[in-house]
Amino acid sequence: MDAFVNLIALTLAAGTPLALAALGELVTEKSGVLNLGVEGMMTVGAVAAFIVAVNTHSPWLGIAAGAAAAAVLALVFAFIVLSLMANQVATGLALSLFGIGLASFVGRDYVAKVIDGLPALHLPVLSDLPIVGALFFSYSPIIYLTLALFALTQWVLTRTRAGLIVRAVGESPPAAHAIGLPVIRVRYLCVLFGGLCSGLAGAYLAVAYTPLWAEGMIAGRGWIAVALVVFATWKPWRALAGAYLFGFVTLAQFQVQAWGTAISPQFLSMLPYLATIVVLTLISRNALTVRLNAPVSLGKPFHPGD
Amino acid sequence: MNLKTLSMSVLLTAVALCCASALAAPAPDAKTEPLKVGFVYVSPIGDAGWTFQHDQARLAIEKKFGNKIQTKYIESVPEGADAERVIRDLAQNGYKLIFTTSFGFMNPTLKVANQYPKNYFEHATGFKTAKNMGFYNARFYEGRYLAGIIAGKMTKTNVAGYVASYPIPEVVMGINAFTRGMRSVNPNAQVKVVWVNSWYDPGREREAADTLVSQGADILTHHSDSTAVVQAAEAKKVYAIAYHSDMSKYAPHAQLAAVTHHWENYYTGVVQSALDGTWKPDRVWGGIKGGFIDVGPINPVVPAAVVALVNTAKADIASGKLHPFVGPMRDNEGKERLAPGQTISDEALLKMDYYVEGVQGKLPTK
Repeated sequence: MDAFVNLIALTLAAGTPLALAALGELVTEKSGVLNLGVEGMMTVGAVAAFIVAVNTHSPWLGIAAGAAAAAVLALVFAFIVLSLMANQVATGLALSLFGIGLASFVGRDYVAKVIDGLPALHLPVLSDLPIVGALFFSYSPIIYLTLALFALTQWVLTRTRAGLIVRAVGESPPAAHAIGLPVIRVRYLCVLFGGLCSGLAGAYLAVAYTPLWAEGMIAGRGWIAVALVVFATWKPWRALAGAYLFGFVTLAQFQVQAWGTAISPQFLSMLPYLATIVVLTLISRNALTVRLNAPVSLGKPFHPGD
Repeated sequence: MNLKTLSMSVLLTAVALCCASALAAPAPDAKTEPLKVGFVYVSPIGDAGWTFQHDQARLAIEKKFGNKIQTKYIESVPEGADAERVIRDLAQNGYKLIFTTSFGFMNPTLKVANQYPKNYFEHATGFKTAKNMGFYNARFYEGRYLAGIIAGKMTKTNVAGYVASYPIPEVVMGINAFTRGMRSVNPNAQVKVVWVNSWYDPGREREAADTLVSQGADILTHHSDSTAVVQAAEAKKVYAIAYHSDMSKYAPHAQLAAVTHHWENYYTGVVQSALDGTWKPDRVWGGIKGGFIDVGPINPVVPAAVVALVNTAKADIASGKLHPFVGPMRDNEGKERLAPGQTISDEALLKMDYYVEGVQGKLPTK
């Protein structure tokens, strides 16, 4: 039982940065904008969070700063692709490279620093309950925040007028524009939300999960998040499931290795990718669902004057 | 004199003054011109890790030789074509002695060495030499063995967890030496290994460390570059043995000791011989004896008797009385690898592709 509880806890901790970044990218893409700069925004979020946490001794301020810094980067991206109408793929890739470089530059003097990470939640009585306490009430606060954000996003996207507007803008910007929706403004806000989520994901890594700053610490998680969105056919719950599945298989393969089995670790470290792709492809194999959920205008610039 | 001519003459005077002061400065004397020493690093220096230790040595020689030398480093140089350009650049700019500190710099270094026969090249961890290129490496496994002694004495569950990067001989050697050190004082000790297939990914290193703790390991060590494993140990309240550098700042309670690399002595010797004009390409594989490897600050929670044990073993390794790999030695499938009394050859060490008794699981390369 303990091993099981442990595995669940570790899975949630490992899957959370992917889930957060994927959620942000999902909303961005739902509005028709493809932002490939997630890796860069996460890196900038991580370094900003760490720098502020070091200087203020407050992990929470750090996390806020991480989200804000990545949002600023997202705004730059939005300005280039939405106002100047540059190519989204190229700009996104450039944003990733720029973010990683910028973070190494501003983080130079912080590689050596040590911070107290964001402590896990501890509620009196509840967290001390056997099993239940460990299973429900002892995670990092960011994990609860992530789950809440998913519920909220799912609700907003499918049940509210705001969600309808976002989807309309992503499906057919000319039609949305014709009925008087502010297409560009909606897209700005969605890109901004994507930035906030990526920043939060990076901040979680640098301040809560592995409290340190070092170049390359995001290690490709941003790209995995981008892929998750596609494999989850732009459905928030599937993206969440995919992120946790990825985390789970990563940890499960470590467990298997630590038991001392003879399976090659190269094969095992491939498994999280393989399992996530296979499972998400299977649950999304209905071509109609994919067509219905994929934002038709994804990646295409829109000029309101056309 | 109008404004234009005034400003012109001011400018001319300034230029003249500058030239005069430049001429007045003592001309560099051929004899006192400092030896230029260049370093090429594969990763950022950071605060701990492989490159950090090399840079510590660079600072040490700078301090020791003062204005007799002048050093320069270039960090985060990718292995491959870029490395060649960087090394050639240094050679071209008068860097007489150049250290390249990553395995992947071997061929670029060799190529540049052939083009600049008057410069001296020193390459870390490789195996190729030339008339003006030598290599050097450290017997990391000796430090691992000593750390194993501490781990063997300090574990309560008799299980240590090892977060490893890639299954190559250098890493396997470390795992085996650590295990033999542990079992030399605690025959029941077992080592669990998790491979993360990366030199540097704090997130995965952390996950691997957490997994090992959840499977009963109460001492963690790692052969990867970040501080994530010792931080995980601190968070989980288990012990840790750090690698490359002292990481006690990140894990003041958890870190029992650190297996650290020291290049200061070697670099000092090389620079001295270059200054004296006696430099020759060499093949160096130093250990405890040459001061290449040490077991860093030992945590006060380690009992004095254990520290004494470590110090004795250290002295014995230095004097050649003790070798971490002396028979009888079996691999973890029961096959005899060394007959009683037989010491492993360097060649066999560099090809090590099996786990010794006490390591759980199967080595993945087979």
